Amino acid sequence: MLNYDIVVVGGGPAGMAAAIKAKECGTDSILILERAETLGGILEQCIHTGFGLHYFGEELSGPEYADRFIEKINTLSIEYKTDTMVLDISGDNTVTAVNSTDGLLEIKAKAVILAMGCRERPRGALNTAGTRCSGIMSAGTAQKFVNIDGYMPGKKVVILGSGDIGLIMARRMTLEGAEVKCVCELMPYSSGLTRNIVQCLDDFNIPLHLSCTVTRIHGSERLEGVTIAKVDENRRPIKESEQFIECDTLLLSVGLIPENELTRAAGIEIDPVTGGAIVNESRQTTQAGVFACGNVLHVHDLVDYVTLESYTAGEGAAKYAQGKIANEKYAVTKGRGAVRYIVPQRVNLNCGEDVKLYFRVGDVFKNASVVVKCAGNEILRRKKIRLAPGEMESVTVKNETLCTMSEGDTIEISVEV
Amino acid sequence: MKNIVCVACPMGCALSVELSDSGEVLSVTGNTCKRGIDYAKTECTNPVRSFTSTVKVSGGILPVVPCKSAGNIPKEKLLDCATEIAKITAKAPVKLGDILIKNILGTGVDIIATNHCPEA
Repeated sequence: MLNYDIVVVGGGPAGMAAAIKAKECGTDSILILERAETLGGILEQCIHTGFGLHYFGEELSGPEYADRFIEKINTLSIEYKTDTMVLDISGDNTVTAVNSTDGLLEIKAKAVILAMGCRERPRGALNTAGTRCSGIMSAGTAQKFVNIDGYMPGKKVVILGSGDIGLIMARRMTLEGAEVKCVCELMPYSSGLTRNIVQCLDDFNIPLHLSCTVTRIHGSERLEGVTIAKVDENRRPIKESEQFIECDTLLLSVGLIPENELTRAAGIEIDPVTGGAIVNESRQTTQAGVFACGNVLHVHDLVDYVTLESYTAGEGAAKYAQGKIANEKYAVTKGRGAVRYIVPQRVNLNCGEDVKLYFRVGDVFKNASVVVKCAGNEILRRKKIRLAPGEMESVTVKNETLCTMSEGDTIEISVEV
Repeated sequence: MKNIVCVACPMGCALSVELSDSGEVLSVTGNTCKRGIDYAKTECTNPVRSFTSTVKVSGGILPVVPCKSAGNIPKEKLLDCATEIAKITAKAPVKLGDILIKNILGTGVDIIATNHCPEA
């Protein structure tokens, strides 16, 4: 049995930032466990720029953003094991992992940080009719083929879903010589960043069909085409609008799901909306000493926010490992109406700090107000020119407000038009 | 009046640009930082973009290394840049920041590696 103060599950942007912060907060004994061959996580294949504008004040590509953290991990001599798969986290925070050099590892940790990231929603989750031919893959899979393996997965491409990875891959495939026929989005708006619609689709005259989906997949060995159709307001395909599009590749960019198998198996409570653990303001889950951050907690639109959240979790884990634990007296956060979810879900009123609440809305709003109520009293009202599901928002609740609240009180966020 | 979306950062501000008859930018509204004004000016006169792709590598741990333009290049040259970098093969080891192509297509902008690719 190995002993560490903190074990970090996952060496992507979240895990690296959490480990760095924990080290800076005075915890020396830290081990990162990473499933892939290198640290860096998904950033390694995100070769486009746009990372780090908030955090570094400059526009970096994914590998460049990751490299700054990898360098820091090395400078701080934080231990890590790559090619290592975590199998289990027990109730007493013992982590079981396996790799081909050490075999089976049992590691007793004072605190565990979950930073496993998320996975793309697969074809199986869509129930699209048609054959099981080759040429259908998630946008992220295609991204790995092109950017890491140097291999083009197809020539004529249709993209289903207008998430950011789908938009980025529309441009990437175009630059590598493929013909991207269109991007179909089920919803009447894109879930991707507006900037990506401009520079990935508009710049290359790639059409974006909103309220549109793929209703049938054609092909025996290889994909030969798809049928697309407009959908009505109940997202049901309109038969008369069906249209055949010839293509050899269908990329799916239909949402991301936090990868919480370990979390669930550990019996940690999951928020059904985020698909991630229920956490407090330091990102501690319902299992004492287990923290979660990054896309495993809730899907972020910017890695910069992942980094900041992971610093919070890293600091929380370091304090926990050092035995600095505040008395717990919880208020709960609650999104009303258009506010789909809030992270954190619970706030320790004794935390002694201002608490930033991150939330996401379920619809597009223009000139709406974000209203925050603590125990029924309005404490903040802020006008927003634009609110969209693809853009995470945040509000801060001051410590002095938290001090006036009682256990079980509600901090509520709503949108007023 | 021209309505554009600022792509200077992931905020994606909706800008309204007032143009003179000769195409000069008179005013910009809707921006939330001063980069928006610069973006509106270049977007309405000489639109530019950052360019990212991969370059083939020989003898490396991976067959390609990611790269980017060290600065912005004219938007209409994006596809030409892609064609140009497809012609070269870098030799491992490649280090992050290495210049892979100097002054691509006479734009004055270098193509640099954005990751390390050690020798296999």
